[in-house]
Amino acid sequence: MDAGVDGDQGVSMHRHPRWQLAALLTAPVLWLVVAYLGALGVLMVSAFWTVNGFTGGIVREFSLANFRTILGEEVYRTVTLRSVGVAAAVTVICVVVAVPMAFYMAKVASARARPWLVIAVLTPLWASYLVKAYAWRVLLGNGGPIDSLLGGPGRGPGYGLTATVIVLAYLWLPYMILPIHAGLDRLPDSLLEASADLGARAGHTLRRIVLPLLVPPVAAGSIFTFSLSLGDYITVQIVGGKTQLIGNLVYANIGAAGNLPFAAALATIPVLIMVIYLIAVRRSGALEEL
Amino acid sequence: MRADSRWTTAVLVAGVLTLAACGGGDEGGGSGPGGLSVPRIEKLAALGAGEGEVNIVSWAGYVEDGSTDKTVDWVSPFESETGCKVNNKVAATSDEMVTLMKTGEYDVVSASGDASLRLIYGGDVAPVNTGLIANYKDIFDGLKDKPWNAVNGVAYGVPHGRGANVLMYRTDIVKPAPTSWGAVFDPDSPFKGRITAYDSPIYIADAALYLMKSKPDLGIKNPYALDDTQFDAAVALLKEQNKAIGEYWADYTKEVQAFKAGNSVLGTSWQVIVNLAKADRAPVEAVLPSEGATGWSDTWMIAAKAAHPNCGYLWMNHIVSPRANAAVAEWFGEAPANKLSCAQTVDKNHCTTFHADDESYFDQVWYWTTPLAQCVDGRTDVTCKDYAAWTQAWTAIKG
Repeated sequence: MDAGVDGDQGVSMHRHPRWQLAALLTAPVLWLVVAYLGALGVLMVSAFWTVNGFTGGIVREFSLANFRTILGEEVYRTVTLRSVGVAAAVTVICVVVAVPMAFYMAKVASARARPWLVIAVLTPLWASYLVKAYAWRVLLGNGGPIDSLLGGPGRGPGYGLTATVIVLAYLWLPYMILPIHAGLDRLPDSLLEASADLGARAGHTLRRIVLPLLVPPVAAGSIFTFSLSLGDYITVQIVGGKTQLIGNLVYANIGAAGNLPFAAALATIPVLIMVIYLIAVRRSGALEEL
Repeated sequence: MRADSRWTTAVLVAGVLTLAACGGGDEGGGSGPGGLSVPRIEKLAALGAGEGEVNIVSWAGYVEDGSTDKTVDWVSPFESETGCKVNNKVAATSDEMVTLMKTGEYDVVSASGDASLRLIYGGDVAPVNTGLIANYKDIFDGLKDKPWNAVNGVAYGVPHGRGANVLMYRTDIVKPAPTSWGAVFDPDSPFKGRITAYDSPIYIADAALYLMKSKPDLGIKNPYALDDTQFDAAVALLKEQNKAIGEYWADYTKEVQAFKAGNSVLGTSWQVIVNLAKADRAPVEAVLPSEGATGWSDTWMIAAKAAHPNCGYLWMNHIVSPRANAAVAEWFGEAPANKLSCAQTVDKNHCTTFHADDESYFDQVWYWTTPLAQCVDGRTDVTCKDYAAWTQAWTAIKG
């Protein structure tokens, strides 16, 4: 930009790069700090309030009662462990299913078929989450298609923890396939060929070349599947039978019991778990290679 | 480290700013049954013109506009008569009703006894000027001025009707037909994994009711007034029951589907759910077990800060008019509140079947009531578990 034409303002902007930066960053920083971190801050603060048990009015006085309940009652530990278990199982299933699928899509399928395969993986994302979950409720129902496939009413898993893991793995699979596919897509074919030329068998190539390169995309995908499963409460309600996860407890305390402070205190559990998870992923170095 | 602490400060400042921005003027609402101070709220003095719409929170089946069943419609006549468009929100539990009314977005609510007092003391609903409700004079005297719909002789709502929670079962699977709540509390039930229960802390009262008859030495006189020993016994019974539960229900459509598919074959239910399941050709029946049952006596209440008070009053008058009250009572399967409704029901025996004016029958039905620390059965030598304790126990029961 020409300072002479632009006048004083332009000159001062050039002379004060800090102002320039400030002007540029004000809006996004405001958004990040006020709307995003501010909301989290409110969550953290309200976790220390309590509710009048009778009228349901919020008592805005500092109290550790919520956290004492969470740490003291066994049920919250059980539910936390169960939620982490579900999230881990969903993530493992997604990895096991997604790696061969993504490998086929990126390396084996013909160049013409590849975009169509990506579209096919994406299509379930066009349908509503609720529609898919209720479809699974019908599939898993007593005497439903899955029961008949396994030999009659009551033979399938029915509603419960298993059903929850299956449906969540189905729902979040695209979020695992896409990053792995992107990672494999960037892997030059020449690398695989070179390995073969040097005498490595397919298994050896997979172990020494493909798998190490897969760690960052799998880590990225696992952040999606793990955090999405950890926060889910709708699928559990629909196909989970009597199963409770952290999300259900949060929802029950907001929607039914009207105990927002306790819900906020409960919501800090998944936040804490995700922070630990992210630190662990970062320590492993997977994030830097993305 | 310096950068870290700066971020922490930023987050805290942002949080405090946001709090300051949205926290103005809202007090804690500290009044409770201990102090028994009811917030002073004026009732509507005179009825004006309708505002064009009314926002309702109701139980499933209370506000029907023909979309569930073409012949079941008492909303359309109201809308064309008064010009008030009805926006209805179905709530699954009393807790949800209280939460929804606290948002301030709704004008009227069909509150059960375990919600009404919380709404009154919370300052969420206003007293009702019954002089503005023309049909109020025809309501059974047995329903007026009760502890759950009036405080110090001031009416806080218009009685809607009452009924009992029933035991629903699949006729093709559960043989012989159950006659006792023991069927759902049997740890060795042949229907293990296919029993269902209502997903709300208030269901603890169902266990207490069963213990009242099956373990008289616990000395339970009222299922909503449980001291520590009695409460622990009820919770233990429910934890035992949890092993036999397939799923808990709060959403009535889910309950209908579960009974139709056979995932649930036995459990607590409402008559309207029985009717819907039958209409869906599921082979189900319902009984009132020998122990009696928990039940409800519902009250239409108006929000303290209703945006559409006139349409709200018009609705409260309409829903207890002989014809509409008869229609809703038959559809939901409950006793109507209006005496004249008994002549308007399609089934002429409806009022007899549902014991509309049979007070001795309703002595066996324990209406949903909010459990308080001051025992609601009048005992003063012990402290009872309050609703907050019930809520937390419910989470622990489900495990």
